[in-house]
Amino acid sequence: MSGHKLSLVVNGERVEADVPSNRLLSEFLRDDLALTGTKRGCETGVCGACSVLVDGDVVKSCLSLAVQMNGREITTVEGLGRVGALHPLQQQFMEKGGLQCGYCTPGFLMAAVDLLKRNPNPDDAEIREGLSGNLCRCTGYQGIVDAIRSTAEAGHGA
Amino acid sequence: MKPFDFVQPRTVDEALAAWEPGAAWLGGGTNLVDLMKTGAVQPAKLIDITRLPGLDTIETRADGATRIGALVSNADLADDPGFARSFPMVAEALLSGASGQLRNVATVAGNIMQSPRDAFYRELDPPSDPLSGGASLAVLGTGGRFAAVNPSDFAVPLVALDAVVEVRGPGGAREIALADLHLPPGDAPGNSTALRPGELILALRLPAAAAGFAAHSRYLKVRDRTSFAFATASAAASLRIEGGRIAEARLALGAVAPRPWRVAEAEALLAGRAIDADLFAEAAEVALSGAVAVGGNGWKIELARRTAARALAMAAAGTPARMPALPASPFAPQAGDLIHA
Repeated sequence: MSGHKLSLVVNGERVEADVPSNRLLSEFLRDDLALTGTKRGCETGVCGACSVLVDGDVVKSCLSLAVQMNGREITTVEGLGRVGALHPLQQQFMEKGGLQCGYCTPGFLMAAVDLLKRNPNPDDAEIREGLSGNLCRCTGYQGIVDAIRSTAEAGHGA
Repeated sequence: MKPFDFVQPRTVDEALAAWEPGAAWLGGGTNLVDLMKTGAVQPAKLIDITRLPGLDTIETRADGATRIGALVSNADLADDPGFARSFPMVAEALLSGASGQLRNVATVAGNIMQSPRDAFYRELDPPSDPLSGGASLAVLGTGGRFAAVNPSDFAVPLVALDAVVEVRGPGGAREIALADLHLPPGDAPGNSTALRPGELILALRLPAAAAGFAAHSRYLKVRDRTSFAFATASAAASLRIEGGRIAEARLALGAVAPRPWRVAEAEALLAGRAIDADLFAEAAEVALSGAVAVGGNGWKIELARRTAARALAMAAAGTPARMPALPASPFAPQAGDLIHA
């Protein structure tokens, strides 16, 4: 099977690539582009560790084919903030204890960006429902909910 | 995942011409790619339909019908204010399904075409006894054969509202009532639909009359946990109320049959009657008459009965002005100041 040419934007930078048809977006990001912030978890679309933004909407990269991404704009956790200039959500996750081992955190951050884009002032029930596609085995979720609520309250929701 | 040919046609004509035996249409991929990863489905060719023009809009036709392009995402349809206002139980059903990440890419056509969630259909080496998983086995509409339930939430209110599926294929364009899309189970398991080889869904359509139920419409979904789970039983209930009486009723059940299960007998029983709890219990009784337990799932019959009665009572109480924070959940508050669209 021959490769397929891809031209897309990843974290603001133009990327040209050649991918086989059965390359998952999660494999493309991690193995081809070395953007290992995006995690492989359940690999069945349940745990949300692989969540990234495609044209601003959060999706599961383990269920997306890289070959479908031609012309799209992808944002991974590496594009969200950087050391010294963290995204408000990253800052709040840190301050509210929204992470422990950190494996699920990139996925939660990307889901939270989408959640606050759609609903800049969510209540706790809406935050929890908005995170239903992400699993965390450390925090018990309360720190994550607190981080998202405080980000919204600080007016960074939109 | 096995390699496959991949094409990305730019027009519907090109897409139809690209079809061949062994090919599969690829939309959001949330179901198909998952099945391809386990090897349960192994298409030789994927035809990516996501770049086809004109299939991602929601429009009102001159005759008042609402036409939903096949590629509209579950999220975009549920979040469309005009659509949610006219068809609140459809929006509620959509928002009760999957998670945000999946709703963002899953298309409406893909939703109604999704495969049963029973292990028998999903695994490369399915369990030898297809009756081992009673929660996902049908209690109605099987003609005595075993069958997995249709897993779609979205299709349940749609079938109650007389939705029509517009398709095109090698034989030209035609329409299929959603109620006739999913075929009764045959001798072999599988996702059997009325689509002919090479036919592509272009749109779903709701007739103008469907919006007449907006004031009293609910979708109720019971599941093992309050979000991100398939229904163990669900019901879409709509009432048109005039002068304190039910002028017209619609009722469909989910997760009980191989297809979204409309119950015309219960609707007929409700028409013309005054609203009361005993009436709803009676209608639910009628809706489940003939149900047969398989794989130890007798609980599903009683659960579906109670879900139907409760959905009717919720519909009678009126569509909430704002979408509950937990859409379709029996635990969602019935009032509040939250709005999703």
